[in-house]
Amino acid sequence: MNKTNERKLTIARAMAEAVAQELRVDPRVFVMGEDIGALGGVYGNTRGLLEEFGAERIRDTPISETAFIGAAVGAAQDGMRPVVELMFVDFFGVCFDAIYNMMAKNTYFSGGSFKVPMVLMTSTGGGYSDGGQHSQCVYGTFAHLPGMKVVAPSNAYDAKGLMTAAMRDDSPVVYMYHKGLQGMGWLGTEPGATVHVPEESYALEIGKAKVVRDGTDVTVVSLGMGVHHAMKAAKELQEQGVSAEVIDLVSLVPLDRDTIRASVAKTGRLIVVDEDYMSYGVSGEIIASVTEHDISVLKAPPKRVAFPDVPIPFARVMEQFCLPNPDKIVAAWAGMQAA
Amino acid sequence: MTPSRDQLHWMYRNMVTSRRLEEAIAKIYLEGKTPVFNMANGPIPGEMHLSDGQEPVAVGVCAHLTAEDVVTATHRPHHQAIAKGVDLDRMVAEIFGKATGPSGGRGGHMHIFDPAVNFACSGIIAQGMGPAVGAALSRKVQGKPGVAVAFVGEGAVNQGGWHEAMNLAALWKLPFICVIEDNAWGISVAKAAATSVPRNDVRAAAYGIPGHHVEDNDPYAIFEVAGEAVARARAGEGPTLIEVETYRLAGHFMGDAEAYRPEGEKDGLFAKDPIPKMRWRMLTDGTATETELDAIEVESAERVDAAIKFARESADPAPEDALTSVFAA
Repeated sequence: MNKTNERKLTIARAMAEAVAQELRVDPRVFVMGEDIGALGGVYGNTRGLLEEFGAERIRDTPISETAFIGAAVGAAQDGMRPVVELMFVDFFGVCFDAIYNMMAKNTYFSGGSFKVPMVLMTSTGGGYSDGGQHSQCVYGTFAHLPGMKVVAPSNAYDAKGLMTAAMRDDSPVVYMYHKGLQGMGWLGTEPGATVHVPEESYALEIGKAKVVRDGTDVTVVSLGMGVHHAMKAAKELQEQGVSAEVIDLVSLVPLDRDTIRASVAKTGRLIVVDEDYMSYGVSGEIIASVTEHDISVLKAPPKRVAFPDVPIPFARVMEQFCLPNPDKIVAAWAGMQAA
Repeated sequence: MTPSRDQLHWMYRNMVTSRRLEEAIAKIYLEGKTPVFNMANGPIPGEMHLSDGQEPVAVGVCAHLTAEDVVTATHRPHHQAIAKGVDLDRMVAEIFGKATGPSGGRGGHMHIFDPAVNFACSGIIAQGMGPAVGAALSRKVQGKPGVAVAFVGEGAVNQGGWHEAMNLAALWKLPFICVIEDNAWGISVAKAAATSVPRNDVRAAAYGIPGHHVEDNDPYAIFEVAGEAVARARAGEGPTLIEVETYRLAGHFMGDAEAYRPEGEKDGLFAKDPIPKMRWRMLTDGTATETELDAIEVESAERVDAAIKFARESADPAPEDALTSVFAA
């Protein structure tokens, strides 16, 4: 197999391509957000769209998230398929009512007679010292509240397929992309996220996790940036003779509990890696999904490598101290052996 | 209301200090970020929003404030922090993420907090409005002196939170002033493409309060309208809205290529740089001599150099200190 001729894309370009392909075939689709027009998105994920589709369908908005996300809910209910961008997920504080009380609930409130087919795409993640209002993940916050699907790609292939699926979904989808995976050099870039992306349109099934590395001794579960940490840790563990299986959640809602349970049933050990705050979040949910199902499969107590329960500090040494990394995953394995 | 000679010299000194600081930061910020620009690298990582060009707003308003008055600032807070009297050494240390910063490195450049001069920031658009209104409420309810000023950008006026806070301040007749720094751009989106009216001072009518507009980034005119607004607030007559046409001489953040700006716009702005304009005006009307202004410029540069030196030589915080300060001690 000759892979060198395969086209590789960044997540940013993969997202823009998926949106463009749907815009070409579905007149109901339009895009709204701050700096998504002439600038092409702060993270590059709407680059080229204004030039091809014009300002009617690619709408730069004022800094008015409550208004334009609320408007997207109304437009979606009226038959359109808006893709809206919340520039940093940290900004959800100014507009959450439109998201969790309307976007997420109107399908239910209406007994299914109203549909809200919209995509809310938003950037997550830190690691580049942007301080505590521009670095959060808050995966658990969104996944906790019923009525919205939540996806988080770790690579460009999934990014494109998830975006296409999200746009075609009749339910609202929150699409959380990690800044450090985006392929924008100025944010630093994890090279593993830039992978082969087919040119034709395709959709992934939302709600399916992926076993991205087979192993027999321990299951490492993560999403987004954490998958890359997990893969690096797995290589290091391999050198110690430990076989780690790595699961990329891809989707938080729906959560593919079967894939996680099957893996832990095989390995007997579980480490969850999450860049979001530790408590009341994704890591606890993954562990509960295993233990409430069959606690007897576990040969050791599960471990969490997550952001401690503190706001994200600015100073590099403090932020790096708090963030998950491959060494912490390897150390979690060692801690499991000592226990 | 005309600024006194002393006030003019104070304003000029703070404008120059602020500019020298931004110039120094602009250079240091790029250390470790060339040839590959990665925000995570260098002695000052993360986003950096410089205030070059916007200094007249900060000094024209803060000339009327004392340490007991409250200011809330934005993601672009350096000029306001300097004019409000935040200790420069410690402020720069915070920008570097050092242990000697007022937040011990937890905050960074968008989160400068100094209780000694009642200064706070939020990096989220318009979100300084509520806290400033609340501080004004606190002073009024407790019968304590002091006014509260929220500095915001013109983009913030399209946030729901801005309008809610304005209504509350007017309804309760609070000692509050909202100062809009209209630098014409919300990142890449021009004011005209984002705001339904050409001037935001007209929005004061919606709250039944006075609204003022200042053209051309004029520190004298800002001083005058801010003086009226502060006097009005101190007299218990309620809030005022001020919009100032100012100029963003730097990008939205460092690394911003500003390809969205019309060609030549930037050159026109540099020609209107408020610092040489003020210098020329003071020399022309005799409110300062060349010797005096030269001395202010030298002293300001030295002050900035000393603050940078302090920050560079300060120790990093202990990594595990990230886990402290979450709750009140």
